[in-house]
Amino acid sequence: MLLIDCPYCGPRAEIEFAYGGEAHIARPAADVSEAEWAAFLYLRDNTKGVLAERWRHSHGCGRFFNALRDTRTDRFHAFYEIGTPRPDVGDAA
Amino acid sequence: MVEIAEGCALAGLPPMVRLVLQGRAAALDAAATSLGLAAPPPMLRAASGTGGTALRLGPFELLILPTPDGRAGVDTALATVPHSLVEVSDRNVGFMLEGARAADILAGLCPLDFALSSFPVGMMTRTLLDKAGAMIWRTDAQSFHIEVWRSFGPYVEAQLREVAQGISFSLLAV
Ligand SMILES: [Zn+2]
Repeated sequence: MLLIDCPYCGPRAEIEFAYGGEAHIARPAADVSEAEWAAFLYLRDNTKGVLAERWRHSHGCGRFFNALRDTRTDRFHAFYEIGTPRPDVGDAA
Repeated sequence: MVEIAEGCALAGLPPMVRLVLQGRAAALDAAATSLGLAAPPPMLRAASGTGGTALRLGPFELLILPTPDGRAGVDTALATVPHSLVEVSDRNVGFMLEGARAADILAGLCPLDFALSSFPVGMMTRTLLDKAGAMIWRTDAQSFHIEVWRSFGPYVEAQLREVAQGISFSLLAV
């Protein structure tokens, strides 16, 4: 069980949250090529290390927020609001 | 009130008006003022004024339980402010869980810490009760107002009784 620190509610159990996939992926304009649209929909970095990802506190405040999680250890390094830049945690392990 | 464990009672709450308000600070401020509050309650807190009670479900969300006279004031106060106001009176059912073991019974269905120091009187939050989404509001040291969606009501009530029965057995064994 992960302990996830919602920026609005504080630390809560993982079962209250829904995972939202990789963060900071900008939606392209509607007139891009099919290949670019497919890349937006399906291509992800599959990071081994610190990944910026979205979570939604679906059984709490209902808000989306971002987290930095090391995919090797499941350790969280930061939680931050949608629309704010990715915090610099170096290549913390 | 039905006693479901020694010194712990569960009751269904009577029908009441429930409004969910979503909006930015101006909308939440206007609604709070109409209820007779100086400001919207902070995150995860409830506050009561002359026009009713406001519960801060999220940074941009209030659950409002207006008094019979308070409802019109909310509508008037919000008339000129962008917002979403949805009446969910019939979507939810409310329970009141009271007694010395009330916090222990909730802890059997939810991973939150219900100690008074970490979940004080006046605190409320949405969370899970076993598999059902629920809102839990501590109205007194040994009293909790619980709200769930109506279709989950029988399930949540049965789960509360199940945990209460387990606690009663453990009391007998001591
Ligand atoms: Zn939250």
